[in-house]
Amino acid sequence: MNRCLLSALLLWATAAGAETVAVRGDLVYPGDGPAISDGVVMIENGKIVRVGPATEVVIPAGVRVYSGAVVTPGLIDAHSTLGTSGILNSSVPDGGTAHDQDQLETSGPIQPELRAIDAFNARDGLVDWARSLGVTTTHTGHGPGALVSGQTVIVKLRGDSIEEALFDPARPTEMIAMTFGASVMRNFRSPGSRPKALALVRSELLKARTYAEKRKNTDPEKRPTRDLKQEVLADLLDKKIRALVTAQTAVDILAAIRLAQEFGYEWVLDGASDAHLLLAEIKAAGVPVLLHPPMTRAVGDLENASFTTAAKLAAAGIPFALQSGFEAYVPKSRIVLFEAAMMVAHGLPTERALQAITADAARILKIDERVGTLAPGKDADLVVFDGDPFEYTSHVCTVLIDGVAVREECR
Amino acid sequence: MKSWQVFLGFLAVAGVAPAQEVQVFRGATVHPVAGPVVPNATLVVQGGKVVALGPAESTVIPAGAVVHELAGRVIIPGLVDTHTHLSGAGGADASTALDPTVRQLDGVDVRSPQFVKALSGGITTVNQMSGSGHLMSGQTIYLKLRRTGTRVEDWLLCADPAKDVCGGMKMANGTNSIGTSPFPGTRSKSAAMARELFVKAQEYQKKIKAAGKDTSKLPDRDLGLEALVEILEGRRIVHFHSHRHDDILTALRLAKEFGFTPVIHHGSESYRVAAELAAAGAPVSLTVVDSPGGKEEALLVRWEAGKLLREAGVAVAVNTDDWITDSRLLLRSAALTVRAGLDPAEALLAVTLAPARMLGLGDRVGSLEPGKDADFVVLSGDPFAVRTQILATWVEGKKVFDRDEPEDRLVAEGGYGAFEGIGEVHLDGETER
Repeated sequence: MNRCLLSALLLWATAAGAETVAVRGDLVYPGDGPAISDGVVMIENGKIVRVGPATEVVIPAGVRVYSGAVVTPGLIDAHSTLGTSGILNSSVPDGGTAHDQDQLETSGPIQPELRAIDAFNARDGLVDWARSLGVTTTHTGHGPGALVSGQTVIVKLRGDSIEEALFDPARPTEMIAMTFGASVMRNFRSPGSRPKALALVRSELLKARTYAEKRKNTDPEKRPTRDLKQEVLADLLDKKIRALVTAQTAVDILAAIRLAQEFGYEWVLDGASDAHLLLAEIKAAGVPVLLHPPMTRAVGDLENASFTTAAKLAAAGIPFALQSGFEAYVPKSRIVLFEAAMMVAHGLPTERALQAITADAARILKIDERVGTLAPGKDADLVVFDGDPFEYTSHVCTVLIDGVAVREECR
Repeated sequence: MKSWQVFLGFLAVAGVAPAQEVQVFRGATVHPVAGPVVPNATLVVQGGKVVALGPAESTVIPAGAVVHELAGRVIIPGLVDTHTHLSGAGGADASTALDPTVRQLDGVDVRSPQFVKALSGGITTVNQMSGSGHLMSGQTIYLKLRRTGTRVEDWLLCADPAKDVCGGMKMANGTNSIGTSPFPGTRSKSAAMARELFVKAQEYQKKIKAAGKDTSKLPDRDLGLEALVEILEGRRIVHFHSHRHDDILTALRLAKEFGFTPVIHHGSESYRVAAELAAAGAPVSLTVVDSPGGKEEALLVRWEAGKLLREAGVAVAVNTDDWITDSRLLLRSAALTVRAGLDPAEALLAVTLAPARMLGLGDRVGSLEPGKDADFVVLSGDPFAVRTQILATWVEGKKVFDRDEPEDRLVAEGGYGAFEGIGEVHLDGETER
């Protein structure tokens, strides 16, 4: 499969701009440093080759130039369900005729074998909508609501298939999505309590530990028969993949920290509505946070959600990025550009908010070698705005992915 | 203006009781909505009403007035939300698809922190509604968020809920109200059921008219038909949930047959039938959301709707439909219509005077002019700028939200205990059946 993905990607790259393109902005935010006034980004073959002020980076004659008031790196939505939770919001098990809700399977509470790549619909309307508002990369797949709901994957919002969209053909499985909290108890008869939830996961991880040990046996005869579920959990324990643990309440966040310490896997804390109550504990655990969208509804597990959490995480020195998360109704998807604006409205400096949807998101997702900042050698994913990116009344006017304009209309 | 200065002079002579204390808000840029923006304004408030508004240099500050210095601030009228589900009052139940008897009045908890949340978003008047899971889910209630008192009666904009019309009527068509019996299974059945009920109301109305002053000939009282007669008489406004273009036209067809003008709510595809809406004189209260979809009817929802409807001559409001949009973010919703081309003054109109008119309250709230309720919001800057903060909200001359008060700040920003004990409130179309 990987070879097939690779060739699809090469096809895309070939189609993607062999040409030279320039992007010029009154302000160019590289994503990890101060803005450059009257900046220019030169692009060749889908990669950034030079970034600097127009006085230093001269645009050759005849080159296609995209320009606007503000240029930023392509936005990264650090956790969404784009492409798996579709725009129609229709589900056959719930009585719908169409079925575009593939972010959560409720036939069992622990199903790590469910792959995001088998559900991602690159042509879903919300993928296009997010792209039109500057999102060029997202970490998507299985959503919250099961103890282990399945796998996630990182995609670029390009192409018509997962093969074309996949960020890295070598990474078809990015993380295992886990959830602790009330939504799991709503979706399943068991677990019916938080302690039971943890007991179920711990039991499963213990089995996986045995499986992981056995599969290392040098004698193939002594290796276990393949078990898709155990294989993925063993990959987690062997640190080949990470866990994405959605936990909103303080109790659930602490349980997530306890579990990760017991089994020693790598993970990111997702949602974290009560993070403002546990800054020291989260910092001590050394876990990065993919923060809930600030405009989330403050009910249930999220009843303590605050617009100010991002500013508090920043002040505490906890690495965090922003997610659009999962929405069950209307609006069917939140937009990280707008959610980051809300953090700015509540005390986070502009550049820091931009980092939460560019450079910091890339670092936490471990894709910062290619995206998240504007620097030579990076993928040419950029957004051109006609004003302050976070102003309600500014517009996203051009979106480039791998140097190709995928959107040229202001929204 | 002149007559008001005379009026003030009279008050100064007569002496002012503490309750009639004069307050002056000086130095802010005021958007009266009813007229041009007044920079460096003097706003005079007394007895819960605006008594004067004008430029500082030409507006008299009455002697003894309490003066609030607001230089650098921006004042807009208190926001009016035509469509909210705060307090989770419920509505009709699963026993029938059309229930005009149930009143929101009987389910409102004025102690709910959800109302403080709305005040922190600058909202001072709301139309508290039941859901869209019914063709007719009941009588709505218009509330002034006074933040005092213990009873819903303390928040009404009418005198006596037993006699007066104190709200509108919630109706719906399209997918939310379609279901299994007793709910309709198709759009045609939906319309037929609503028409049948209105025909019954017409018959009821005829009997009342025929009885004249002879009370012995009056029909037996019927709570539902009484409310419907108020619609037929133009005294109760129908708030009609409708998304798809053809459903909106069906709502207009029904309204025309029975002689009323509905307010179309949500109106996801309203811009596709803008000319028809204009011809019917039907206003639209838009719910502005960050992404399309979530259900088939909302696939074509567009931020451009506000601009397109105004160009066609349709009155436009923007609502929260809280919890679809958090009540703290109504100004943001209006700003998104500006993003999509609506003039900022029109967008401000869409969250103040236009919705006030849609509730039949345009002569009392929605703009800052002498004689109107002194409901206003003090902002740190431009109403549609992301970094602007809502600093204070005033209702009838009393400060009911103050960002500097820790308790209020907690609700404005969220955090531990801000909304403690608030269950999942109404989710439009997904609950109550």
